[in-house]
Formats: sequence, C-alpha cells, structure tokens
Amino acid sequence: MELLVLLVTPVMLLGAWISGGMLERRHLKSLLLLESGSSGVLAITIEDLPPDWHVESCELVMGNVVISQDYFKRVAASIKSIFGGNIGVLEPLLERARREALIRMKGVAHARGYDTIINVRIETATLASSRGNGKGTAGVEILAFGTAISLTNGRGAKV
Amino acid sequence: MIISNTQEVPGKTIVEFFGLVSGSTVRAKHIGQDIMASLKNVVGGELTGYTELLSEARGEAIRRMSHQAEDVGANAIVNVRFATSSVAQGAAELFAYGTAVTVE
Repeated sequence: MELLVLLVTPVMLLGAWISGGMLERRHLKSLLLLESGSSGVLAITIEDLPPDWHVESCELVMGNVVISQDYFKRVAASIKSIFGGNIGVLEPLLERARREALIRMKGVAHARGYDTIINVRIETATLASSRGNGKGTAGVEILAFGTAISLTNGRGAKV
Repeated sequence: MIISNTQEVPGKTIVEFFGLVSGSTVRAKHIGQDIMASLKNVVGGELTGYTELLSEARGEAIRRMSHQAEDVGANAIVNVRFATSSVAQGAAELFAYGTAVTVE
C-alpha cells in the first residue's frame, strides 16, 4: 500500500504539472481571442448614468465559471503557505476565472442585443468538496453580474 | 418583470415600494458528475458540471424571487444581490434577494 502511494503520488504530480500547464496556456490563448470578440460591450462598475444617456430597456445579465487548481499547484501552494507571503501559483487561476466570467457575461448581453453593462459586480464563492471529509474545496466559483442596458440613441463617443 | 442590480431601474422612475423579496434553492449534482469533477480536480481547469449546476440553480432562485414579486403586485425588482453557501458536501445554496417595486 505504501509502495503504491509512493509510486502514484509522483506520477499524479507530474501528470498534473504537465496537463495543468497545458490547459492553462490553452485557456489563456482562448481568452485573448474571446476578449477581442467581446470588446463591443462596455462593462462599467458605476450605476449613475451620464445625463445624456437615454435608456430604452434593461435586464440583469450574469456569467459564471467554476474553476479548480491542478494537483501540482495545490501541493506547491501548500508548501509555499508554510513560509507565508505571496502565493503566486494561485493568482493566475483566479485571474483567468474572472476574465472568463466577464466574457460570458458580455456574451449574454451581446446575444440579447445590449451594448452596455452598468453596475458590474464580481463575486467569489468556494464550493465544498463532494468527497472525503468535506475539507478543502471542489472549486471556486466566480460570478460576474450587472444590468445590461440599451440606449435609444446609442452610446456617446465620450465615455 | 424587470430585474436589475442598480438602485433604480435605468430610464424609469419608482412609484411604489413593496419591500424585500427573495428566492433560494439548494442543488446537488448526481454522483457521476461529482466523480468527474473530482477527477478534473487533478488536472485543474473548469468544472463544467458545477458551472451548469450553479447557473441553473441561480436561474431557479431568480424565478422564485420573481414569483414572489408578482404575488405582491410589483413589476420590477431592483438592487438584486446574490449569496452562495456550501451547506453540504457537493450541494450549494443559491440565494437571490432584492427590493420589489413598481416602476413607470
């Protein structure tokens, strides 16, 4: 049994390291592509509109994503957290998830014919693990939501 | 039903307040998808099953909130907020709340 653990753990670590890195690079590439596509939608966190914007209709839109860290990085982060400080390996994951959630929210707004989203909020929640003792997390959910509006005479050039 | 997370409905004025309305739902995925998710946990990346679960559940919470608002005679909900909590293993509670109003 101990031998099995000794063999499986390094294989899992190596596998997670390689495939996790690959998935991350692929995701970053697709994010760049999608972000250039959704650039027509303006997302702002303020809710007071400029007086010359005349709103025709509005609707709540949201985008969410549940993302999890690979095994290699979880181990790396737990080692790093012994010494404290900035845990750099975890930052790109949350960054990617937020960008993805924003893109999805903009995508929903665009599909429904809106070009502006006001009062955008981003929330983070952790999901409890579905196995074992419930410790740790199954993933992190990022939710981006806001009020999509369409303007009667279009968005002014000066924003 | 107009739903917005701003304090007022853009382009309209609030004429009547009805107070707080809320909707919640607790959901879990079947065991197969939990196993898939725990396998996906090794390599990292998006857990599609859970993303769907939460967006469906949030949709349901919003529907329940809208029904409540309809019952009191409102035609819009403003200042909508969301809360998520993991009440049990593999299950999540989604809670949506806001203020029911009549707008013109």
